[in-house]
Amino acid sequence: MTQNQKVFTLKTFIHLAALTPVIWLYLSAFSDGLGADPVQYVIHFTGKGALNLLLITLCVSPLAQKFKQGWLMQVRRLLGLYSFFYAVLHLANFILFDLQNNWSLFINEVIKRPYITIGMVALLLLTALSVTSFNALRRKMGRNWQKLHNWVYVILLLVCVHYIWSVKANISQPLIYFMLAFVLLALRYKKFSRILPSSR
Amino acid sequence: ALEYQKAAAEFTATDKLTPEDKVTHHNNFYEFGAQKSQPAEYARNFKVDPWYLKVDGQVNNNLLLDNDDLFKQFDLEERIYRLRCVEAWSMVIPWVGFPLASLLKKADPKSSAKYVAFETLYDPKRMPGQSNRFLGGGIDYPYVEGLRMDEAMHPLTMLAVGLYGKALPGQNGAPVRLVVPWKYGFKSIKSIVSIKLTTTEPPTTWNKLAPQEYGFYANVNPKVDHPRWSQASERRITTGGLFASNRIATLPFNGYADEVASLYKDMDLTRYY
Repeated sequence: MTQNQKVFTLKTFIHLAALTPVIWLYLSAFSDGLGADPVQYVIHFTGKGALNLLLITLCVSPLAQKFKQGWLMQVRRLLGLYSFFYAVLHLANFILFDLQNNWSLFINEVIKRPYITIGMVALLLLTALSVTSFNALRRKMGRNWQKLHNWVYVILLLVCVHYIWSVKANISQPLIYFMLAFVLLALRYKKFSRILPSSR
Repeated sequence: ALEYQKAAAEFTATDKLTPEDKVTHHNNFYEFGAQKSQPAEYARNFKVDPWYLKVDGQVNNNLLLDNDDLFKQFDLEERIYRLRCVEAWSMVIPWVGFPLASLLKKADPKSSAKYVAFETLYDPKRMPGQSNRFLGGGIDYPYVEGLRMDEAMHPLTMLAVGLYGKALPGQNGAPVRLVVPWKYGFKSIKSIVSIKLTTTEPPTTWNKLAPQEYGFYANVNPKVDHPRWSQASERRITTGGLFASNRIATLPFNGYADEVASLYKDMDLTRYY
């Protein structure tokens, strides 16, 4: 396989792997196939999906470096955009199916509940990264592009906090996500010592 | 099938019932797993015979009831109650049971009895969530709950042994559970083995875990938010998929204010939440 074929194959796989669960999810949800409370189910499913995809996105560059597979970097944007897609669905599920279009309640909740506030901040930041992810903009932005996209690490931590604050008692799963996030950040310690000069 | 009468109209909500399979497959019962679908799975082989429920503390007659007594010593009746979960969803459930007051009167409370403390079975072999932190959410077992004496004696407060005309399935709190319809669902403790009348307010599980989020009283109150979400409205779980989910206004005391508001007339309910 040429490199282009590899990229094409992997991208096809990512499209299928990311979209199939979404199609299954909504078909099941509308046909009453997700248990007694489909609302909670679709919210949790898309939220965890967004976080999973964000973690996978952040695995790309360490893997590409470690195994000297530079072509892998060409699928990173697609993974990041799918994380954004799931995060948008997560918010849409909350507004449409949980709050049922009660926008004043939504605004109230964003202001009053810290875990929702930081979830919204993370999503807004992720939106900024997503809309600037295209090559034309990337070239235009020059060095600022990298500066902006380094915010992805902040987003990761915000999302982990959003998750742990949202659960009622059992924090074992969010703690596992925190550990994974920590590993992915630790792998980049050289980068952080460069972009955060004060930490020297 | 159980033998029972239909209760009087005042105990029979006219809201549309939540279908049986939703009542039995959407449960918060961490003893059988912290996810809503897990109790139905992990409680499938839960054995309730033999079972012993003891009633003691500040009473003149200590009682010990076995599984059979729970179904035979009292006249069973079917009551349809709204159940409002603190997580802002709700159901409408036909319970079968008897007033808690009938049992307490048999035990003949002393005048020193001010509160009632309830305890769930502690048996990690039969309740896998109690031995596995990951499954059981890591809360302190056994689960304990409590009521003030006047709340416990209120005619709405019942002990349920069945739902939809059948004995309770394990995931709904077999063989006997409390149902207090004007309080958030976590007050309605399941699979009870001990009822103790006490002189002081007993500790309660969720209050110990997160006192700023869950109080002793836990009366359904649209005006007092949970710190992490609004309690002003709720999603009623009936039938159908995503589009059928129905957000409705939450009523003070879950719609039972006429019956119970007087119990709290001099209390600041934002403080005693």
